Amino acid sequence: MSEPRRILIDPLVDNNPVTLQVLGICSALAVTTSLLPALLMCLALTSVAAMSGAAISSIRSRIPTNIRIIVQMTIIASFVIVVDQLLKAFAFETSKQLSVFVGLIITNCIILGRAEAFAMKNSVGLSFIDGLGNGLGYSAVLIIVAVTRELFGAGTLLGYEILPLTGDGGWYEANGLMLLPPSAFFIIGLLIWAIRALRPRQVERPEYQIHEVHRTEVV
Amino acid sequence: MPDSGKGRVSRDSTRNTLVVAIGVSFVCSILVAGASVLLKPRQAKNEELYRQRIVLDVAGLYEPGIDIDDTFSTNVAVRLVDLSSGNFVDTPDASTFDPVAAAQNPDLSTPVPSGLDIAGIRRRANYAPIYIVEGPAADRQIILPVHGYGLWSTMYGFLALDSDGTTVRGLQFYEHAETPGLGDQIDDGGWQAQWRGKQLFDESGAVRLTVIRGQVRPGEQAIYEVDGLSGATLTGRGVTNLIHYWAGQHGFGPFLSGIRQEAKTVE
Repeated sequence: MSEPRRILIDPLVDNNPVTLQVLGICSALAVTTSLLPALLMCLALTSVAAMSGAAISSIRSRIPTNIRIIVQMTIIASFVIVVDQLLKAFAFETSKQLSVFVGLIITNCIILGRAEAFAMKNSVGLSFIDGLGNGLGYSAVLIIVAVTRELFGAGTLLGYEILPLTGDGGWYEANGLMLLPPSAFFIIGLLIWAIRALRPRQVERPEYQIHEVHRTEVV
Repeated sequence: MPDSGKGRVSRDSTRNTLVVAIGVSFVCSILVAGASVLLKPRQAKNEELYRQRIVLDVAGLYEPGIDIDDTFSTNVAVRLVDLSSGNFVDTPDASTFDPVAAAQNPDLSTPVPSGLDIAGIRRRANYAPIYIVEGPAADRQIILPVHGYGLWSTMYGFLALDSDGTTVRGLQFYEHAETPGLGDQIDDGGWQAQWRGKQLFDESGAVRLTVIRGQVRPGEQAIYEVDGLSGATLTGRGVTNLIHYWAGQHGFGPFLSGIRQEAKTVE
């Protein structure tokens, strides 16, 4: 596989920022009660990740080491504000639902992590692709979680009825738990379990071993 | 170029640090300011439509998919009220009057005396645009713009009253920055629905409607009480305060007492 292709594909499953590195969980829990805000959040995060990666990479040889984090944050924050303004102009209602979470992309560990770990060392093109790949990896998880939560919690997808609810004369009894925050934890947990069952290489080695204690005296 | 940034020394030099810091700040500020200026008109239009939607929603006229502009103009009339006298002011500019901007203008606003400023708004405009619903789709209602300080932010909303000037039809906010998940329960449909049918004033004409702590118990006081929001006691208190301020003598009190008199004479 060619290098750019590998950088794009790798974060989708094999090096997924959410399920392997367990980053960006906060927004993954908060914006996934229904699919539409989750999709917008994915779009916002992916575009910020790609653009900030390219921008930081383009001046990487000039960024002084002692102020590099604040330079990265300034660039990331500017892109986040631009994206937030665009959402307020073109997707007003959904941006109301996303409330603070678009602004919080500034502190999203995935973005800063890719800026520091990748964009500071690689070319503009590769950094853009890396940001895109990681954004898509995050998006894949968010979409799976949001589809599960909206479908089983409200019987709809993007607001269209899929499972007719008993309240409206259908057969499906909505699972209210799916609309509450803990369900996102359960779904992400199950997802991590499933991925690690298929890709045992992702299972972390235990940090310590529990040894059997051989008692020498009776308490 | 002498300062090409090659090598560690020139990159970490004081000069390069300053150049990069100033350069990045400059480019980023142009980006942010440009986006803000270019997108402002579109955002303002969205906010205007959203406010109209909330007015229709609080009046029970909103259904997803309706033409907001059209429904608004056929069912809702905007009138300007002089708050101190409680009388209507005849002006063609009623619908463009912006009470939030006017409150900043010393010629168009009055400072709120500190003893009366329970809503924490400091100044209020001398006039307020009110919305009268009189269309074919609904019976007569009066919708008042209200705002006040919650826990973190000023909450802006609309209070809908029946034509008797005391029975509440609904309360909804269109702008606030209360805590996500706790204070923003003021946008929750179930909580908003509780306001319907409550009484703003008691028999003696005193403002009585309050967001209490905990749940409303059945009894004669129940028509003056709304459930508290768990985890959002201070936001709830802010809502009570803004209701009391805007229904009180310094707010819409004179206007509403006129409306109540009128309603009594009709009876």
